[in-house]
Amino acid sequence: MARAIVNVPARAKRGEIVEVKTLAQHPMETGFRRTQTGELIPRDIIRRFTCTYNGTEVYRVDLHPAMSANPLIAFSTIATETGTLAFQWTGDNGYSMTETASISVE
Amino acid sequence: MTTRREFLVLAATSLALSEAARAQLDPNLAANRKAAFQEALRRIVGDTQVRRGRVKLQLPPLIDNGNSVPLSVAVESPMTEADHVRAIHVLTEKNPLPDVASVRLGPRAGRATLSTRVRLADTQSVTAIAQMSDGSFWSDSAEVVVTLSACLEEGLI
Repeated sequence: MARAIVNVPARAKRGEIVEVKTLAQHPMETGFRRTQTGELIPRDIIRRFTCTYNGTEVYRVDLHPAMSANPLIAFSTIATETGTLAFQWTGDNGYSMTETASISVE
Repeated sequence: MTTRREFLVLAATSLALSEAARAQLDPNLAANRKAAFQEALRRIVGDTQVRRGRVKLQLPPLIDNGNSVPLSVAVESPMTEADHVRAIHVLTEKNPLPDVASVRLGPRAGRATLSTRVRLADTQSVTAIAQMSDGSFWSDSAEVVVTLSACLEEGLI
């Protein structure tokens, strides 16, 4: 079973810029590799990553085969209000993964 | 356990396959990849002039393993409603596909940064391009030496 790990600070001051780190378990097969018998291994990658903060999209990445396996995406966002950050990864062969993290803002 | 006969058959087929793979290799590989890079660049910026500066692309100068190269991009911007970074694109010159990642962001990101890990097929230059809210484009490039490349099978330049 594929997994995803996210790291968001549990609490932050209002207006503070917080670091968000995410890691999704995925082979990110490029579609350029061949098996020992010379057949192309079909492409199988995560195509898109989105992060929404209480329903508002704050960060979105379109991924290409040049992203490493188990793609790490780290970025920042402003802690505006207490709530949840929802992360979604979608990709080839119906891959879809969601993860949430809550943050309390004082 | 592999018998001697099986081993010989395997060895013969793998030799034949590598010959076939070499025959399929495009002699204009370098030129084609350069064209693909230019094409990708044009798709992102259109006819706008790309200026140097404001973007900081960080990559290790020498890499042992091209399969996982730490890369980070930081763009200088106040990140307000009026003046923020709208998008960050990362392109490579010699990978089979020039695109690496495209980021959409806005003032809610607080800081215009991206940290990730990428694959590099060869010793090459990597470019990061940022699109500002006023429509201007800024870029930074980094030269990277790769000793063990990702996707070796595709034949290197």
